[in-house]
Amino acid sequence: MNVVYFVIQQTMYFAIPLLIVAIGAMYSERSGVINIALEGIMVMGAFVGIFFINIFQSQMSGQTLLLLAILIAGLVGGVFSLLHAFAAINMKADQTISGTALNMFAPAFAIYTARMIQQTQQIPFQDTFFIDKVPVLGSIPIIGPMLFQNCYITTFIGIGIFLVAAYVIKNTRFGLRLRACGEHPGAADSVGVNVAKIRYAGVIISGVLAGIGGLVFVVPTSTNFNATVAGYGFLAIAVLIFGQWRSNKILMAAFFFGVMKTLASAYSAIPVLKSLPIPNEIYKTIPYIATLIILAISSKNSQAPRAEGIPYDKGSR
Amino acid sequence: MSNKIKKLFSGDGIVNFSSSILAIICGLLFGFIILLASNPSQAYNGFMMILQGGFTDGMKGVGDVLYYSTPIIMTGLSVGFAFKTGLFNIGASGQFTAGAFAAVFVGVKFTFLPPQIHWLVALLAAVAAGALWGCVPGLLKAFFNVNEVISAIMMNYIGMYLVNLLIRNTIYDQLKNQSMAVAPGAMLPKAGMDKLFPGASLNIGIVIAVLCVILIHVVLNKTTFGYELKACGLNPDASKYAGINEKRNIVLSMVISGALAGLGGALLYLAGSGKYLQVLDVIAPEGFSGISVALLGLSNPIGILFSGLFIGHITVGGYNMQLFDFVSEAIDIIIAAIVYCGALSLLFKNVIHRMQMRRAKKAERRTRAAAKEE
Repeated sequence: MNVVYFVIQQTMYFAIPLLIVAIGAMYSERSGVINIALEGIMVMGAFVGIFFINIFQSQMSGQTLLLLAILIAGLVGGVFSLLHAFAAINMKADQTISGTALNMFAPAFAIYTARMIQQTQQIPFQDTFFIDKVPVLGSIPIIGPMLFQNCYITTFIGIGIFLVAAYVIKNTRFGLRLRACGEHPGAADSVGVNVAKIRYAGVIISGVLAGIGGLVFVVPTSTNFNATVAGYGFLAIAVLIFGQWRSNKILMAAFFFGVMKTLASAYSAIPVLKSLPIPNEIYKTIPYIATLIILAISSKNSQAPRAEGIPYDKGSR
Repeated sequence: MSNKIKKLFSGDGIVNFSSSILAIICGLLFGFIILLASNPSQAYNGFMMILQGGFTDGMKGVGDVLYYSTPIIMTGLSVGFAFKTGLFNIGASGQFTAGAFAAVFVGVKFTFLPPQIHWLVALLAAVAAGALWGCVPGLLKAFFNVNEVISAIMMNYIGMYLVNLLIRNTIYDQLKNQSMAVAPGAMLPKAGMDKLFPGASLNIGIVIAVLCVILIHVVLNKTTFGYELKACGLNPDASKYAGINEKRNIVLSMVISGALAGLGGALLYLAGSGKYLQVLDVIAPEGFSGISVALLGLSNPIGILFSGLFIGHITVGGYNMQLFDFVSEAIDIIIAAIVYCGALSLLFKNVIHRMQMRRAKKAERRTRAAAKEE
């Protein structure tokens, strides 16, 4: 039973950032803008967030510091994503290219800044955010050890973000307009929706959430930041596609990948897997091979937003 | 005659070319601002080092530029070729790594081959490995409608871990945590390059890269096969209607693209410059440089040759810049800024277009005035 609890706790560390970033990507893509820059935005958010923790950890600690860092990471992600929004919406640029530029910029900027300021590119931080056991909730049998022991506050923030995001896109006027802009921007425009504004909102939401996601990924899984989020931004896009751009399916997809990633990184703590004669590297490839197989199965009848990736041109209405 | 020249200057080619130059200028300016912000007193010297690039060290510097450019011209060609056929090959890194491993493996193990053909076999092995790695996203795209960007990225990670595993089990130098040295016969011949550029680790790799540029240029522009590939890129539905087998073309263009990147890996690791395959969890940066090279060269093979040389030039400048206590990642920032500005090409094209219009109007007014006087 302890192994099961362990796997579930570990899965949370990997699945929650994926869930946050993928649900953000859903907002961007369903408004009609492909956001391949998520990886770079995650790096930016994590970089500034961890740097903030590194500077202020002598004065603050625990959940206040983490919450402040999350806010800052979100802010940085949102601002950084404006570059993509400007290129994609105002300049009608090729969205893959501008996204790639952001992906190249972020790690270079993080390494450059870190090395210019403190000579090394790794940014260390103390993990004062770990929660052994949430009072009261942690003592509930079964659910307690699964969700409320050995966890981080980011788990609950992530679930909260998911619930709000899923509700907003489905049940509010803004959500409806956003979806319309991704399916048929001409029609949305003809009834008075400002397509550019809605698309900006979609990209900024995805940027804020990707920035948060970057920090949320680094904090539980490491004690220093080395200008990379290990391809998580791209995995989040795979989660989005596997989840068919729908929030409930994205939730399931994120947890599927979380389990895969847990198998890859924590297999040595699982007795059954450790006894198998499989080299370390093979385990590490599991999430990526699983992604390929899953995409091969689920891409045939894709429900991608119809206007995704196409700049909106008023003249072509 | 003057009309012809005018046509040349107002054509699409020159507009694209000048928007690329504008993007480079904006990117460099942005880099200068970054340098100024981080260390104002040395910014000018550091920036001059970037601009001078390979011309700082005489012939050795030029040789270094050619050496650094060789692999990224190949990955750039790989990405650019895929672009021309409507595919975004972000997996050049994985194909590059696969090719590099195959070449080094043959170079270390196949010592029974005579040295005259040993390196050729190693290059062929790299081409095959790169093609195999590129083939997977192609097949998935053609038959399962999987977005090639995502699948190629996954192949990058799979390739990285798999190559680490294979190195560790076959050609591992335990002391240095890297691959063993290749046999002398597997290294690329110098062909007099070491005399021409003394001190630089240059060899016929650059010649092979230039030959590939010419080959791809001919295939894309002078053959039916190339025409079909481009047609698929421009409009898959129309080309399907015209009887072109678009599934076959998707797979083939990914195979060729992968082969080019794989060859690039071989050219770097068989250069005999003391570079070995490291067992690290890092994706080969040459693949991503290839994306910048291709975008800057507007996916045109000749353009890619020059943009590869340019990026090699400022990369050498980045190393020299460390003299002034700058971090060489500034170059990556500049390249990213150039690519971003390149994406804004519409803005630049509009600016150039407006300039041309203004000039045309002026000329028109002048002729009208002249006509009135008469």
